[in-house]
Amino acid sequence: MIPVAFDYKRAGSAEEAIALIAEYGDDAKLLAGGHSLLPLMKLRLATPSVLVDVGRLSDLSYITDAGDHLAIGALTRHRDVETSELLAAQSPLLAHSAANVGDNQVRHRGTIGGSVAHADPASDLPATLLALGATFVAKGPGGERTIAATDFFEGFLESALAADELLTEIRVPKTPGAGWGYQKFNRRAQDWAIVGCSVIRNGTTGVALVNMGSTPLRATAVEQAIAQGASAKDAAEFAAEGTEPPSDLNASPDYRRHLAKVLVRRALEAAGV
Amino acid sequence: MKVTVEVNGTTYSDDVEPRLLLVHYIRENCGLTGTNVGCDTSSCGACTIHLNGESVKSCTVLAAQADGQKVTTIEGLANGDQLHPMQQAFHENHALQCGYCTPGMIMASVSLLDEIPNPTEAQVREGLEGNLCRCTGYHNIVKAVLAAAEGKVGAQ
Ligand SMILES: Cc1cc2nc3c(=O)[nH]c(=O)nc-3n(C[C@H](O)[C@H](O)[C@H](O)COP(=O)(O)OP(=O)(O)OC[C@H]3O[C@@H](n4cnc5c(N)ncnc54)[C@H](O)[C@@H]3O)c2cc1C
Ligand code: FES
Ligand code: FES
Repeated sequence: MIPVAFDYKRAGSAEEAIALIAEYGDDAKLLAGGHSLLPLMKLRLATPSVLVDVGRLSDLSYITDAGDHLAIGALTRHRDVETSELLAAQSPLLAHSAANVGDNQVRHRGTIGGSVAHADPASDLPATLLALGATFVAKGPGGERTIAATDFFEGFLESALAADELLTEIRVPKTPGAGWGYQKFNRRAQDWAIVGCSVIRNGTTGVALVNMGSTPLRATAVEQAIAQGASAKDAAEFAAEGTEPPSDLNASPDYRRHLAKVLVRRALEAAGV
Repeated sequence: MKVTVEVNGTTYSDDVEPRLLLVHYIRENCGLTGTNVGCDTSSCGACTIHLNGESVKSCTVLAAQADGQKVTTIEGLANGDQLHPMQQAFHENHALQCGYCTPGMIMASVSLLDEIPNPTEAQVREGLEGNLCRCTGYHNIVKAVLAAAEGKVGAQ
C-alpha cells in the first residue's frame, strides 16, 4: 500500500515547523513518529499534500522534573516514557501506560505528543493523561498557550489544537507513592484496548476510560461514588454511566459496558481503593 | 528528493519519491530482499529492521525519515560465513518452518536482547508481541532467544 504523493519538508526547529504549517495551511500535516499517520496514509484515509517532519526535533524529546510538575517533550517516544527512571519514581502510572502501547517496534517510533494530538479514544496515553489531570502546551504563530486535558479531547480524532499549532510539552503532576491502576483488555497482544481504564489515587481519585466513547472519558460517576466512600466494587457499577461505547468487530456496546465495570473495579483495587 | 542511508555499513544515495516506504527502499533500491513485507499494515513484524540500532517496522517508516540514519537488515548480521549468535540459535532450536517471519523475528530478538540482556521467558514472549509467526507456535522461537541470551549456541 502506497500513500498518495506528497511533498516532504523536514523542520529544523519548532519555529520552522510552525512556519511551514502556516505556509501550506490545511493541506499540510505534521509527522512525528508516523505510527498513526502513515498507516492512515497508506490506506488513503489521510491524503495530506505536504508532510512537515518534526521527528528530528530532539530538543522536544525530554522528561524533566520542573519543580511542581513533570515536563515531557512532545517528541518523547513511548519507549523513553516507558523506561524513564524519573517517571518510574514520580509517575509510574504514565510509564506503565506507555509500556502498554503497541509493541516494541511501535514504541521505538511513536511519540507521546503524536498520541495526544491524534486524540484516538482507543489509545492508552490520552486516558491516563486525563486521569492524571495533565496540561498540554501548544505553540502557534500567535505564541504559546496551555490547554487542560479535560478541555483538549473534543471528538473522535479531534482535539482543541488548531491546525497551525504544534504540541510542544505535556505536563503531569508528580504522584510519587500514589495508588494507581491500569487495565487494558484486548485480544491480540499488540492491539489497542477494546476497553481500558486508568486510575490514580492521590488524596482524590481520578478515573478515566479508554474506548468507551468518541473521546477518552473521565468516569465522573465512579469518582463521585468513591468520594462518598463507596467500595471499589460498588463504585465500579457506575463505570458505564454517561458513556457511548462504540460497536465494532471486537465488541458490542453492551459488552463494552460490562468490560468497563470489570476493568474499573480491577484498576480501583490495584490503586488501593 | 535525495536520501542517503547507511545500510549494513554501505552508504546508499538515491533520488526517491517522498512517499517511498523504507521497506521498499531496502528491497528495491538497495537490492536487499531479506526483509519481507507481510501484512503491510504495521501488524506482523516481518519487515522489522534496525534503525539506529533499534527494531522498527520498515513498512511504517518513510525512506525520507531514514535519511542520514543507520539501518541494519538481516543481511547485516552475519560476519562473513559466521552466523550471528541469534541466527545460530534459531537454526539450532528449529525456530523456523517456512521462514517468512524469520528475518523480522531475528531483528526484533536482537533488539530485545540489547534492551534486556537476560530476559525471562515472559519478557521474551512480550518483547516479540509485534512479530507474528503462522508456523511454529512460537515455542522454539522463545527457546532460541533464551538460548542466545544464555550464550548457549554453537554447542552441539
Ligand atoms: C501496530 C500498531 C499498534 C499500535 N498500538 C497502540 C496501542 O496499543 N495503544 C496506543 O495508544 N497506540 C497504539 N498505536 C499508535 C501509536 O501509539 C502511535 O505512535 C501514536 O498514536 C501516534 O504517535 P506518532 O508520534 O506516531 O504520531 P504521528 O503518526 O506522526 O502523528 C499522529 C497525528 O498527530 C499529529 N501530531 C503528531 N505530533 C504532533 C505534535 N507534536 N503537535 C501537533 N500535532 C502532532 C500528526 O499531524 C497526526 O495527525 C499503535 C500503532 C501501530 C502502528
Ligand atoms: S509488513 Fe510491516 S509489520 Fe507487517
Ligand atoms: S516460520 Fe513460517 S511464519 Fe514463522
